[in-house]
Amino acid sequence: MIGEIMDEKDIAVKIIDLKKRYRLGVIGGGTLQGDIQSWLARLRGKDDPNSKLGSKAVSSNETFLALDGINLTIRKGERLGIIGHNGAGKSTLLKIFSRVTAPTEGKIYIDGRVSSMLEVGTGFHEELTGRENIYLNGAILGMNRSEVDSKIDQIIEFSECAKFIDTPVKRYSSGMYVKLAFAVAAHLDADILVMDEVLAVGDMKFQQKCLGKMSDVSQEEGKTVLYVSHNMNTIRQLCDRCIVLDHGKLVYDGEVEDAIALYADIRRGDKSSRVDLRDAKRYRSVATMRDLSFTSISFPDKEINEFTDDETVRAVVEIESDIDIPQARLRFGFFDMYDRKIASCVCPDAGAVKKGSNTVQLNISFKGLVSGTYRAEMIAFSSNEFGTVKEHDIITEGFFFDVTAKGSDFEWNALRWGSVRLPDMEKTQF
Amino acid sequence: MAKKWTAIIEPKHRLIDLKLKEVWQYRDLVWLFVKRDFTTRYKQTVLGPLWFIIQPLLLTVAQTFIFGNIAGLSTDGLPQFLFYMAGNVPWLYFSTCLTSTSNTFTTNAKIFGKIYFPRLTTPISTAISSLINFIIQFAMFVIFTIIYMIMGDNVHITWLALLTPLFVLELAALGMGFGIIISSLTTKYRDLQVLVSFGVLVWMYLSPVIISGSSLSPTVYNLMMLNPVSPVIELMRYAWLGSGTTPFGFWGISWIVTFVVLLIGVILFNKVEKTFMDTV
Repeated sequence: MIGEIMDEKDIAVKIIDLKKRYRLGVIGGGTLQGDIQSWLARLRGKDDPNSKLGSKAVSSNETFLALDGINLTIRKGERLGIIGHNGAGKSTLLKIFSRVTAPTEGKIYIDGRVSSMLEVGTGFHEELTGRENIYLNGAILGMNRSEVDSKIDQIIEFSECAKFIDTPVKRYSSGMYVKLAFAVAAHLDADILVMDEVLAVGDMKFQQKCLGKMSDVSQEEGKTVLYVSHNMNTIRQLCDRCIVLDHGKLVYDGEVEDAIALYADIRRGDKSSRVDLRDAKRYRSVATMRDLSFTSISFPDKEINEFTDDETVRAVVEIESDIDIPQARLRFGFFDMYDRKIASCVCPDAGAVKKGSNTVQLNISFKGLVSGTYRAEMIAFSSNEFGTVKEHDIITEGFFFDVTAKGSDFEWNALRWGSVRLPDMEKTQF
Repeated sequence: MAKKWTAIIEPKHRLIDLKLKEVWQYRDLVWLFVKRDFTTRYKQTVLGPLWFIIQPLLLTVAQTFIFGNIAGLSTDGLPQFLFYMAGNVPWLYFSTCLTSTSNTFTTNAKIFGKIYFPRLTTPISTAISSLINFIIQFAMFVIFTIIYMIMGDNVHITWLALLTPLFVLELAALGMGFGIIISSLTTKYRDLQVLVSFGVLVWMYLSPVIISGSSLSPTVYNLMMLNPVSPVIELMRYAWLGSGTTPFGFWGISWIVTFVVLLIGVILFNKVEKTFMDTV
């Protein structure tokens, strides 16, 4: 499939050496005065008065390649799945493709009209009715009035919202909202459909209907589909080709099953039981300057981070601090693979943290989490005598792990039932 | 054989790429944005569209009282109330166009970050939806003018009134031009936003809204007329009330300024549009 010489006119998209560089550190939101000050200081060869002080400062010139030379050719009518873990560059690729942001280097050649749906119901206005929103959303997605006119009945029918179509969408349930938004996008006269995980929100039945619709439009009308998802089942169902991105590079291009297997391997790498956190992704407020840093976390009794819900795991957290904190507290927040935050656990007293290197040993239990892959954010905080919390370090992507829930004779559907299983109810006798 | 592509996405585009053709293709969107603004603006308010009228009316009454009665400024022999209203109505339209387009990027960051459509449709539709307010206010002004005429005041509508669409078009273009220049700069420098409301206030006093052009010394008058808004307001007042000055030469200059400002605005706007998501 790849490397094969294709007839030029069958090509829908050609991506050549695409790169996207982001500047780390302080960007935007600056004031004119600040910029002039910095500029004058540089002119006189002095230190920038606006640069952040402190040892953890990141130079504002440091850059990060979100996409590092992507080459890809997509033929008309192909349904391409794009997978990769968070930060692999999927969303950046789609953003450039949908022209929300420009690439730093490289080119994309596109043949056909693109309709992209990076989020459900972008541009919907709360106060407008469903029908008015269909027109507005259609126009934003590039349809003109007569096109929407000719499709509106189909759209309303597909959305299953016919009864409420003249009600303002602020009264809609979130499910109806999604259905309506998807219906508009799916009925577009575009040649290339770009979708970013929009289906994760709808209910199962509607998800199936959407996948069916997308696969129909692709097969019958020859539309090209680019689909990003964390949900491997939907990728399997919809796509006939799949690429894997890792750290901004295209690491695999080809069969769907092979791509999914490779992706699982990459994720396993993420789940290595010792994680270096010095360069981990941090929350904006602490990204450039902080008085304390997590340097690593490890699970000494494990090779990889695969836990069962009934075990208590030993974890070792290493912290490098510039200050003394009499009583440090830790919080780990857990996200499921749809990036929903589902639970947190706290260590209310992790002891005193001293200036320099510190090691904290913890016991963690994942009781209650259902089977699945999770991401943990890590926060170190302390509170003063009034209970006000100060957050010293916030790592948004700390470590990844799998949980296997034991002792159940039925499958838990995390998407519909949630990712936390409260203690089982017991039948009693009165 | 080279293939004909629908679109090519590149890091940089040509400097002079106004993308007006694309905006034209999305004209339905402009119209729907206008409709959206209009239907949603006064939902859940008590007085609804009456606010369009109350605002300039109160302003005019206050000015008549302070500048007309207390300060006793000249109004070219025109009824003070009409004189001030004739200045306020076009000025309000200009300043609304300017301020409401000046935060295009920051207020639309969320939707701009998720989907592409020609960004220029947003300020254009803002200017058009402000036009609706203007028309209502202008109708009110015309009604008052007619009332004063019937009451036998020294007011008469001249043939120049036929130029009104041109006046309005220029105010819209000028307001939007300045607005999008500011909106392009505010993606990087937020403090410019503070300057806008202050600047507009100062600008009003540099325009013949309260001061009548004929009461100024020639030097000051010429300086004031170099302000591109001044000849429009002055001419419009003359057109509808039949008194004041007719600075046609300055009007020509102000059209040139308008074109330049709009051109710079569109170029800057299109340049910022490509990468502002990374800096906002």
